[in-house]
This record gives sequence, C-alpha cells and structure tokens, in this order.
Amino acid sequence: MERVLQNKIANDNGGFTLVKKELIQLIDISKSFDGQMVLDELHLSIHENEFVTLLGPSGCGKTTTLRILGGFTGPDKGRVVFDGQDITQIPPNKRPLNTVFQKYALFTHMTIAENIAFGLKIKKKPKSYIDDKIRYALKLVNLDGYENRMPDSLSGGQQQRIAIARAIVNEPKVLLLDEPLGALDLKLRQEMQYELIRMKNELGITFVYVTHDQEEALTMSDTIVVMNQGYIQQIGSPESIYNEPENAFVADFIGDSNIIPAIMIEDKLVSILGTRFACVDTGFGNNRPVDVVIRPEDVILVEPSEGIIQGVVSHLIFKGVHYEMEVQACGFEWLVHSTTLFPVGKEVGIRVDPFNIQIMNKPESEDEEAVIIDI
Amino acid sequence: MISKNKWLSAPYILWSAVFIIVPLGMILYYGLTDTTGAFTLDNITAIASAGHAKALRVSLLLSLASTLVCFLLAYPLAMILAGVQVKRHNFVILIFILPMWMNFLLRTLAWQTLLEKNGVINQVLSFLHLPALKIINTPAAIILGMVYNFLPFMILPLYNALAKIDTNVINAARDLGANHFYTFTRIILPLSIPGIISGITMVFIPALTTFVISSLLGGGKLLLIGDVIEQEFTRTSNWHLGSGLSMVLMVFILINMVLSAIFDKDGEGSML
Repeated sequence: MERVLQNKIANDNGGFTLVKKELIQLIDISKSFDGQMVLDELHLSIHENEFVTLLGPSGCGKTTTLRILGGFTGPDKGRVVFDGQDITQIPPNKRPLNTVFQKYALFTHMTIAENIAFGLKIKKKPKSYIDDKIRYALKLVNLDGYENRMPDSLSGGQQQRIAIARAIVNEPKVLLLDEPLGALDLKLRQEMQYELIRMKNELGITFVYVTHDQEEALTMSDTIVVMNQGYIQQIGSPESIYNEPENAFVADFIGDSNIIPAIMIEDKLVSILGTRFACVDTGFGNNRPVDVVIRPEDVILVEPSEGIIQGVVSHLIFKGVHYEMEVQACGFEWLVHSTTLFPVGKEVGIRVDPFNIQIMNKPESEDEEAVIIDI
Repeated sequence: MISKNKWLSAPYILWSAVFIIVPLGMILYYGLTDTTGAFTLDNITAIASAGHAKALRVSLLLSLASTLVCFLLAYPLAMILAGVQVKRHNFVILIFILPMWMNFLLRTLAWQTLLEKNGVINQVLSFLHLPALKIINTPAAIILGMVYNFLPFMILPLYNALAKIDTNVINAARDLGANHFYTFTRIILPLSIPGIISGITMVFIPALTTFVISSLLGGGKLLLIGDVIEQEFTRTSNWHLGSGLSMVLMVFILINMVLSAIFDKDGEGSML
C-alpha cells in the first residue's frame, strides 16, 4: 500500500493540477451481438498518461470496449478518436496501440526473443536496435536472460510479463490490458499490480486496463470507469468511487456496503429506518425517497445509551484485520467492520458520523438506471 | 493403478500379435526367401527392374500429386471451418465425413459410372451439346479418385490444428502490426504444421498403396505399385516377390510415419 501511496503522490506532483490532454475519445459507441445490446451509446474520454480501469461484472461491456479500442471489433455505431484522428475504420495493425491479452497469447512456436521482436521486425528496425529493445524490455519485466527460452517453459506470471514486454517494445502511446492478471494466483497478482504501476510510471504511457476485480482497480488506477449492462455507471478516482458511489450498483460492486432505503427530510438531515441522522449532503430536495450507503467500517458500535439507534449483534466472524459483525437494528441487518469485538447477542448502540453517510438518488425503475457521465 | 490393470490390455496384445505382428513376420519371411525357402534378396532388388521401378515412380508421383491437391483444397476449407461459429461447423464437417461412411469400393465404382465414355457426366454434356469429357482411364481420373476418397483425412487434422489456435494469438499478431498475409505465413501456418504433417500422412500412405482406384478408374493401363503387388499375390501367386515389394513400399511408409511422429507431438491425426 505504501508504494501505491507514493505513486499517487508522485502523480500529484507530476502535474495532476495541469489540464491533461484528451488522448482517446469514444463517441456514442453502440454494439450488439446477436441482437443483444452490449454497449449503448457509450461516451468516454481517456487522458494522456492516465491509468484508466474499466471495471464491471462479466457481460458489462468492458472487454468489448477494449476490443473496439484495439480494432478487433468494429462498433455498430459511433466513432473512436485517437489524438484528434478518427481511427474507427483503421485495422488493428495500423493503430498506435498495443494490447496485452488475457491468457497471454504468446507465439508458442517462437522463442521469447522472437516473440518480443515480432512487432519490431515488421517495422523493419535494424538488428542492433531490436537486440537493445529486447534486453531493455526483459529488464523492465525482470526477466533478463530469458531470450532463448520457449514460452511453454515459463510460468503463468512470467508469460504474462513477456506478453507485456512484447507489447511495450513497440512504444505504443496506449497499452490496452485485458484482465492480464486473471489467470494468476493471489500472491502473484498482487506482486504484478505493483509491477504494472512501476512500469506505467517508468514508461509514461496511458494504460487502459480491464478487470472485474474491484481491489485491483482500486490499487492501480488513476481513474476507474464502473460499467454495468453496457452503460457507464460512474467515472472517478478510486477514492471518490469508493467513498461517494453515485448509485446502488457502484456501492454494491465496490466493496461491502450497507445500502438502506431512506427519506431525505431536508438538506443535511436524512431519516434512516425512521430515525433522523445528520449528514452533509444537500440539494436532494425535501422529503425525497433516497438510498443511503454506509460502509461497514464507518458503522461505529458503542454502548446502547450512546448510540443513535439500538440493536443486537446477530453474527460474528473473525476476518484477521477486523471482526465482521451483523447487527439487527430497526428491522435492518447492518454489516459492521470493527477491531473491537462485540459478542453475539449483545445489545449495542449504532452511531454514524455525518460525513460517512452517502446519499444516492433512487433508480427510477426496477432496472439498473443508466447513468452517463463525462469526466 | 496402471500396473494393477495390466491384464486389461491382454485382448489388444493378442489382437496385435495375431493380426499385425504375425502377418508382418510372414511378409518378412516370404520377402527374404525364394520358392525353395532359401535366403535371397532378389525379391527386394526386383524393385529395380524397369517395370517395377516405373510402377513405384508413377505411384509416388500420383500420390504426391493427389496429396498436394488435397492439401490445397482442404486448407482453405479447414480455415473457414475453424473460423465458423460453433453452431454450424459440426454440420459442415458432417457433410465432409458422410461419404466416409459408405463403402470405399462403392464410391469408386460410382465415379467410374460418372466418368465413363457413355457415363452420366458425358450424357449430360452431350445433351447440352458440349464436348465429351475424356478423363476415364487417365492419371487424372486416378488423382480425382484419390482426392475424392482421401480428402476428409486431410480436412480433419488440419481443422483440428487450426481450431486449436487461440483467436487472441492471431489478434496479437495483428495488434503488433502484422497484416493478414504476414499473420498467415508467420503465425497460422507454422502453428498448423502438426495438422499439415498429419494430413499429408493420412492421405499419402493410402494413396501410395491403393490398387482399387487405379484399376477401376485407370482401366488397368497405368500400373501402380499397389496393383503390381496385388497381382503378384492373386494372379501370379508369387508371394515371395509380392512380399519383397511390399517391404520396399513399407520403407516409404515408415519414413512418412517417422516424420509425422516428429512433428505431430499432440496427435492431431489421432481423432481419426
């Protein structure tokens, strides 16, 4: 976590304050397969040197978006603009982007060096240049000396790093990554997350990363694009996505949360399960039905007399860093994370700090509401 | 586990002993002896005689030609099949395998009827006032028969090899700047080599040893090595010469099988 933090700070100093240049624009992209809508008028801008993550459950359209960017599928409608130029009709071999595929997609009949040199040979680069590039790329992915090995003799993590090396030697302006860590085990995945952040900073290029793993997204991204059923649900920094989810889907998908129906009585005052809580949100109108999101770590358990509402602990699990508890209060099962243990059956009071209550508009229909936001 | 259940393999060992090892031993015995039972190499060196050498040359030439034609026909088809969506490709493969379920002899006889001087094709052509097709009893008819009979054996291994190539590997090549032609020559073709070798073996060996196709469609004018061997066994009843020539033919088959074993490590052809 420390390294991530450092990276964020480095980015801040590096010029987050400057207005970043828009590198890629996806304009009103629609795509359907067999009559089923996968992307519906998607609109997205990606800035230079940004680590953008497309996050969502399977079938949300994130991979299709990436394939449209890479040129492997064409959109039914809409345009892809790269650096001011319309590239919608340009085939993948002419696009200034490179892709790291899920399950590596290495050329198994070639050595590692031949794999990495593939793109450079097509560009007819001199041999000395290619050799230098191979050495540089292998160093970058910490696999020096693997030139003459065959892909099959490498572990999954190593193969993935070769796939990255093969893409970056071409000096793309944008690297597209399609769930590159999906096939790796947890420990290796975490290691590779740090590696990717380091590479992104060393190379200074834009990363567009696709994943369904919310932790991966929170760890690595500058910007997260949460998608569901072909629509963008929310775009923002990891902090804002986590702390200020704009709808129930985002709140539910990113981390654990208590999503509770409530009534916004007036600015900065909300009635949750019949009890008035102070909050900090304004502008929702008076007596409007809303949803509130309270993260389990923001629910504070105290003695019954000190709480705003009272309840009884019904479940208790030890999770290592904290205890996970369920508290029955006012007819709702509150999920609580706390480092202090409250045994099952104990009466407790619940308190929530006003700034930890996140108010969301209710979706208008039963279906997940479409929220289209521009950065 | 394997050692415990070893006895289960007994029927197969018995089968291969009686129907493969023993006949091979007999061929070896007959091939290396003369009518008196004395050891001789004459039956093998007989391949050098003008008539036999010509038959072997013609056989090699025709089977190579038909293997090549099969390959050129099958590769594009296998590529299309490997690219088609799952729903339909089984049906298309079925269409190509369907003739294999009919007797080989019947299929070849059918071609004879079609190609004959007054056969079905020529009747249709003359009805349309088009010049007649004089293909029966020519090498072309033999190649046609071989290609028709052995094409599925080329398609299936090629299809297996091509279907195994991950679409993302092809996408990766395109992504790295390769155009369609470069992707084909550097990625698709090399990755399908096991299937190619398998397909060549499966077509070349039966084509090299056939005698039915040449006698039915070649009119007995063109003797293939298979015809020569068949005649030695059935007409002249010289089993010794027939066995000797068979052993020569076996050398070519063995060379082919060694090649296929080297390249086809995953057993693309094992589906058949």
